[in-house]
Amino acid sequence: MAQAENSYYVPHGSHWPIFGSVAVCTLLVGMANYLNGTSWGGNMALVGFGLLVIMLFGWFGTVVKESRAGLYNTQVDVSFRWGMFWFIFSEVMFFAAFFGALFYARNYSLPWLSGEGSGAMTNMFLYEGFEASWPSAANGPGNVGGEYKPMGAWGLPAINTALLLSSGVTLTWAHHALKAGHRAQLIIGLFLTVALGAIFMACQVLEYKEAYEHYGLTLGSGIYGTTFFMLTGFHGFHVTIGAIILAVILFRCMSGHFSSDNHFGFEAAAWYWHFVDVVWLGLFVFVYLV
Amino acid sequence: MSTVAAGDHHDHPESPYSIKRWLFTTNHKDIGTLYLWFSFIMFLIGGVMALVIRTELFQPGLQFVDPQFFNSMTTMHAIMMIFGVVMPAFTGLANWLIPMMIGAPDMALPRMNNWSFWILPFAFAMMLSTLFMDGGGPAGGWTLYPPLTLQTGDALPFVILSMHFMGLSSIMGAINVVATVLNMRAPGMTLMKMPLFVWTWLITAYLLIAVMPVLAGGITMLLTDKYFGTSFFNAAGGGDPVMFQHIFWFFGHPEVYILILPSFGVVSSIIPTFARKPLFGYASMVYATGAIAFLSFIVWAHHMFTVGMPLAGELFFMFATMLIAVPTGVKVFNWIATMWRGSMTFETPMLFALGFIVMFSIGGFSGLMLALAPVDFQYHDTYFVVAHFHYVLVPGSIFAIIAAVYYWLPKWCGNMYSEGLGKTHFWLSTIFVNLTFFPMHFVGLAGMPRRIPDYALQFSDYNMMATIGAFGFGLSQLLFLVLVIKAIRSGNKATSQVWEDAEGLEWTLPSPAPYHSFSTPPAIK
Ligand code: HEM
Ligand SMILES: [Cu+2]
Repeated sequence: MAQAENSYYVPHGSHWPIFGSVAVCTLLVGMANYLNGTSWGGNMALVGFGLLVIMLFGWFGTVVKESRAGLYNTQVDVSFRWGMFWFIFSEVMFFAAFFGALFYARNYSLPWLSGEGSGAMTNMFLYEGFEASWPSAANGPGNVGGEYKPMGAWGLPAINTALLLSSGVTLTWAHHALKAGHRAQLIIGLFLTVALGAIFMACQVLEYKEAYEHYGLTLGSGIYGTTFFMLTGFHGFHVTIGAIILAVILFRCMSGHFSSDNHFGFEAAAWYWHFVDVVWLGLFVFVYLV
Repeated sequence: MSTVAAGDHHDHPESPYSIKRWLFTTNHKDIGTLYLWFSFIMFLIGGVMALVIRTELFQPGLQFVDPQFFNSMTTMHAIMMIFGVVMPAFTGLANWLIPMMIGAPDMALPRMNNWSFWILPFAFAMMLSTLFMDGGGPAGGWTLYPPLTLQTGDALPFVILSMHFMGLSSIMGAINVVATVLNMRAPGMTLMKMPLFVWTWLITAYLLIAVMPVLAGGITMLLTDKYFGTSFFNAAGGGDPVMFQHIFWFFGHPEVYILILPSFGVVSSIIPTFARKPLFGYASMVYATGAIAFLSFIVWAHHMFTVGMPLAGELFFMFATMLIAVPTGVKVFNWIATMWRGSMTFETPMLFALGFIVMFSIGGFSGLMLALAPVDFQYHDTYFVVAHFHYVLVPGSIFAIIAAVYYWLPKWCGNMYSEGLGKTHFWLSTIFVNLTFFPMHFVGLAGMPRRIPDYALQFSDYNMMATIGAFGFGLSQLLFLVLVIKAIRSGNKATSQVWEDAEGLEWTLPSPAPYHSFSTPPAIK
């Protein structure tokens, strides 16, 4: 149906949300059964994941189609912007919980276990002689996970920092190109960004391998291993998602979906990527460096 | 920017008997209705759990259920009531009312709105199914403290993953509210002209987006500690079980304000109508809400006075908590000042709103007592705490939700409800709610611990009273169900104004409100 220029688009009923509920529910029930040790839980989770992917394609596909058909006016665009902004804020708070755990462990639980402050009695009666030191002996009085070598900042992590920072630059370069209408530069810039993201992930995999095989550092290496792998792991997961989003946007750019003044899909992906970037800086400083 | 609703949609809803209408709907009123009915069904399920608890506690000794099941009832009851009743009911109200109140055609993101709702039946089916699993349902308390919670059987991953699912729903619902309020207001509806219900919901939504992910993080840590060998809450590995409590309550305290702020909005709408005077101190209400939201982030450890925090922590959290009494006091003062010399009438919504003010304040006062760190050493984990939070949640949040239903029901379904039944419902609820929860103050102060299926003989009388009250309160709610169904089916036709002195855009629409509210934006004076 043709749209008046200034009308707010209220979509017709959609089957994707309920499809999504079935998908995610299958995924979660599968995961829970997998954790409970059933033989079929893992497969069920995979099925759920597959359904979820279908849902995401279907749902976003509909949105792309509607957007291409010119159904969205500027006000709809602003709704999407607020939506994306607050979604990213919720992600920030999710990471905040894990950073909080890191700070708490370093500033309170390890010193207390070593007898500082209000931990004097705990130390005397339960863990006599235990003295924690971050990062090298931070797997607690139980020496959980055994001896390990902490991950330094100046090898792969520094390279990774450079990779992600440059990917932020190439992305901005691509954005400028989009605004100026330079298609080739846009596509090269985006491609470089996705490539840098992929290289980052490859380095991350190498680093994990190194940790497990040569450093004795695992997810089970006490609170050090825990915070190290959980923070970098969730970050890596977000980089992967961000790279997939950017790859989709790259394909959309190649099929000429965006115009120089109307390309929120691109911008949303870029915001997300910059958010992932900033989280990495936090990781680099607090997980690797200090 | 003008807002004309566009039409890839039908102008008339499909028949209410079409299942597809409800499954696929993107209409804020349909979704609001779904939320409200869902919430009521959960209210019945959570209510039955409460009655199991009260039945066991009718007399000292163990008589009906085994202690493990008793504890899974207290745990599940809390999860149902918080995540399944109060939060969805408020979201349902937000869906129905916010677009009408700000002159918008619908919510900002209608498809996502549908998903926020349709997650809930799945998530709660997962949660409830844990009651039938090996090792029983979760029984470590809704606060999920490790290491106790990590001893849950097969239920644990279901509990945690279903809470992730619910969190997804709340976050999407909240994002929708924020986007709607910030972007969909009719021209001329400035922020400081918005009805307080919209304001309180805006701030609630902000709290939700800020703290639901923190809960998600915390329970993810529980999951990895149990199944993947991490040491977040394991002292031997350098972690600390107390850390979970910090993370949980960083979510948990803002959460209790998520459970009450929209009620403040409801009461601020109802009192002026039936006092026939504009709300006293509108701007101060807005600022007080903001102040409460801000403070709610820096008081969490008042739930942890007894875990062995350093003295400085005890003092900081004690004083910060007491500060909240100031903006809360501003609100209560303003409601009373609104009624001062008003020409009041006492229709059912007004009765529930007045009951709210009185009984919420009782809960506020007991909260103030609990906020005193030295005395909390005595009160913590006793029935006094149970009395406190039930006063703020039942005659607080639940009464406000009921008041809202009475107040806006004629607008929703076009018919008046029966005032006689409504008043009966109010008086029965009020008498029984006090009979249930007031004695808990006494047994709590005398030392009866919470979450234990048995108790010392001297607490018998008060417990007996509480059980009688609980059954009375539960049964009175069936009256509410009957009344609502009767009003939907028949009843005197409501005018568009409904209440003599009601103000706000929703009262300019016909009753029942048309399927699409403001296809063209209204003029705002
Ligand atoms: C007037 C301001 C309030 C103050 C000063 C206050 C203070 C407190 C304190 C100190 C506790 C911890 C008691 C203990 O465990 O020893 C507590 C518990 C609790 N409060 Fe409040 N409160 C206030 C308002 C509210 C409101 C508005 C709600 C919800 C609508 C609420 C819900 C709860 C709940 C659910 C708990 C118990 C949590 C649990 O341990 O399961 N409170 N309150
Ligand atoms: Cu609190």
